[in-house]
This record gives sequence, C-alpha cells and structure tokens, in this order.
Amino acid sequence: MTDFLSSSHLLSIDDLSLDEMNGIFRTADSFLDLSSRTVKKVPSLRGKTLVNLFYEPSTRTRTSFEIAAKRLSADVINITTSQSSVVKGESLLDTVRTIEALGADGVVIRHPSSGVPEWISRRVGCHVINAGDGLREHPTQALLDLYTILKRKGRFTGLRVAIVGDILHSRVARSNIRALTRMGVDVRLVGPPTLIPRDMSGWKVNVAHDLREGIKGCDVVMALRLQLERATASFIPSLSEYARLYGISPAVLRFASPDVLVLHPGPINRGIEIQDEEAFHSHSGILDQVHYGVGIRMAVLYLLMAGQ
Amino acid sequence: MAHEILERNQGSRDLYLIGILQGGGALARRLVSSLQSIEGRPVSLGTVDITLYRDDLSTKPSPPFLKESLLPESVDHKKIVLVDDVLYTGRSVRCALDLLMDLGRPTLVQLAVLIDRGHRELPIRADFVGKNIPTGRDEVVEVSLETNRESVALLRKETGRGSV
Repeated sequence: MTDFLSSSHLLSIDDLSLDEMNGIFRTADSFLDLSSRTVKKVPSLRGKTLVNLFYEPSTRTRTSFEIAAKRLSADVINITTSQSSVVKGESLLDTVRTIEALGADGVVIRHPSSGVPEWISRRVGCHVINAGDGLREHPTQALLDLYTILKRKGRFTGLRVAIVGDILHSRVARSNIRALTRMGVDVRLVGPPTLIPRDMSGWKVNVAHDLREGIKGCDVVMALRLQLERATASFIPSLSEYARLYGISPAVLRFASPDVLVLHPGPINRGIEIQDEEAFHSHSGILDQVHYGVGIRMAVLYLLMAGQ
Repeated sequence: MAHEILERNQGSRDLYLIGILQGGGALARRLVSSLQSIEGRPVSLGTVDITLYRDDLSTKPSPPFLKESLLPESVDHKKIVLVDDVLYTGRSVRCALDLLMDLGRPTLVQLAVLIDRGHRELPIRADFVGKNIPTGRDEVVEVSLETNRESVALLRKETGRGSV
C-alpha cells in the first residue's frame, strides 16, 4: 500500500474518507494523462497479479479493471465463473483460496449476493476490491460517477443531482447516494413508488415520483438501468409505461438545468431509460464515464497495490 | 553549465531541457532562461515525475500523489538534456530514461546535474556537472534554488546539522 488509503481493501464507498476520495480523483488526473502517450503503460505494478473474479456478467467493469491493471503493468487473469470449477460445485471460499494460493496480489470480485467481498476480505491475505455485490455496493462506479461530475461541472457544492429509476435494486444508486451526500450534493431520488426503497434511514435525500418535478433545476440527471434480469419488470405495470413516465428524453430534459449533464452506468436499455440520446448528445456524459472509469480504477489499484 | 551545453550541442537548435521532479524542475527552468538569453531564441522546457517508474515502489511507501509531468511538446527528434539537482545512485536517471523511451524517440539524451555526490549504483554518468562533492552515504545534500537563498548544504542524516 502507498500508506495513503487507510484500508487495504475497497469494499464500500464508506471505506473512503472525503480526503481519500479527493486523493483518488487527483491520482486519476495523472493517470488519464498517460492515455495520450504512445506507450500507455507504466511499470508501477510490474510483477503483481490481479484476478478478476466475476460471478455475474459484465463488460465494462471487467474490461475497465483489466485495462487499468494492464496499463500499470500488472498481470491480469479473468475468471468467468460459467467456465470455471464453480460449475463443478466449488465453493466461493475454496475458489478464492485457490486464487490466493496461485499467487494473486489482488482480487476484483463481483457477486450476486450482498456482502460477499467483505466476507472474502476477512478470509484471505490479498487485496479485495468490490466490483458490485448484490444490491449493496459498487464503489468504483460511484467514484467514476463523481469524478465525471467533477470533471464536467468543476465542483460538488451546491449541485443538484437526480437519480432516476430503479433505486430499490441498484447498488450503483446506494454507493452514489452516500458518496454524493457526503460531498455536499443535494440528491433527489425519482422513480415509481414500487422501485423506491421503503427504508431510507440515514439518507439525506428527497423523493419524487414525477420525473419532471423531480429533475426540476437539476445539474445532473443520473439514469439507472432497469435490471430486467432481476425481474424488475414485475415491479412496474409495463416497460412502455415506465419509458413514458421515467425515460430521459430531450423533452423531459427541458425541465432540468440548461446545462444538465446526463449519466448512465450502462448497459443502457435504449428506448427505455434513455431515449433519443443523439438529440441531447452534448449533455451526455455516458462515454466520459467509461473513459474516466479507467483512470479511477488505475488510481484505486495503484493506491492499494503499489508497495508491499 | 549553460555555455557547456551550447558548446557540446553546437547551439540550442532542437534542444529540449527536461527537469526530473522534484529537484530538477527549478534548475531546468534556470538553465533554459540562461540558454535563451545567450542564444536569443526559445528553448523547450519540460518536467517529468518518475514516481511510477521507481524500482523501490515495492519496498518503500510511495507518495500518494503524482506531481504533474509537463511536456509541452513531443520528445521525438529532439536533443534532450535531462536535468536534476543531485546525482547520487543513478536510479532516478534510470527511471527518467525509461520514461523518455516510453514517450518517443529522442535523437540523443544528455544529463546535466548541479551536484555529483558519487556512490553510483548503475553505469550512469553526467555530461554536465556543476560541482563534484565527495560525500558519505550517511549524509544528505540539500539544494535550494530559491532566488533569495541559493544554497547547497551537506547535512548529517541523524543530526540534520552540517556545513553550507
């Protein structure tokens, strides 16, 4: 560790103090400069091995971690559980202990059950990074969302951010809500009553069920993905009604701030959460999120894994 | 030192001075302004942070923040003069050389240092040296280039006392 982060794992956004989050943003700035060079790699993590262990499908998060680690010269091994001994019935702990015995210095883990990365981190000696656990947390997504907001808006204080959609099933929303409110952002949650959690104790947020009212004057609109694979569809009358009431479209964005920034963690269900994106192209930060995500993950890997 | 650099390179054409942070930045800036006033033409100036290239990252905690590397133009086809305040083990210079090679293909690379204190651990030598100062490994060389208090101090590691 570089001695900068107080924890040797990144399990929850709450592991990070405000200073640590700002430090990650500063470090990401330096790493993003590298992407304009002819040789985009630096040798800081040479000789270290990072294992991506994904129990759920993922394109951007896994690829983003892989590119980040490779740019730092770490060796990366991807384990997709559908092609691993997991299908032979190997337990989670056995799998992780095997990975550790193979010599991994860090494990990036995504799992459908909440709390798995934390449980693992207490049982192995290598660094554990949470890449999404159940309904609970996705800390690097929150970091890259905040970083995108910071790069595009230049500040956090005084900003109004609306998070729109399936808050109930969204780990991205849970990590973001806590990170944003700690940064002093005014957070509003917008969605149908069935997709807003009942228990929001500890969250300093306002809730709206009407999209136009909810995003009124907002500087940032963060649309969430309808997680159709988690049977979210049974929480709403129909997809087309959801699209009509909660889809982000040029017509709806007129109610937000004139220079509103639209974010989406991806993958997008086009025509449902986001409609006609070309028409508000200049307001979209969706590809920025992907680009900045690499810098953020490089910063996290570097700050956790450079050193011992 | 500026005159030596000009003599060796037959003028300031294609010269590009790059300071190794932390100590080399200010010195590179001073050298560039001398070169420009002698030759009357602009000379490129840059700085590099070598933290990510250090070979002791795995044994020492590294500084959390990278300083800003500023390279206004490409190093391709340039005569690079790497600038540092103190040349000691040569490991910083090795890092800077690796970094330069990742950035492009300079025509040639030279090394200018204010103080050469000996104790090299790698086959590296400076092309331009302000002053050779024999030192012990238990000593620290501190260089200050601030306008009102230019100084080079030789301090004992334990006591922090020494001669200026």
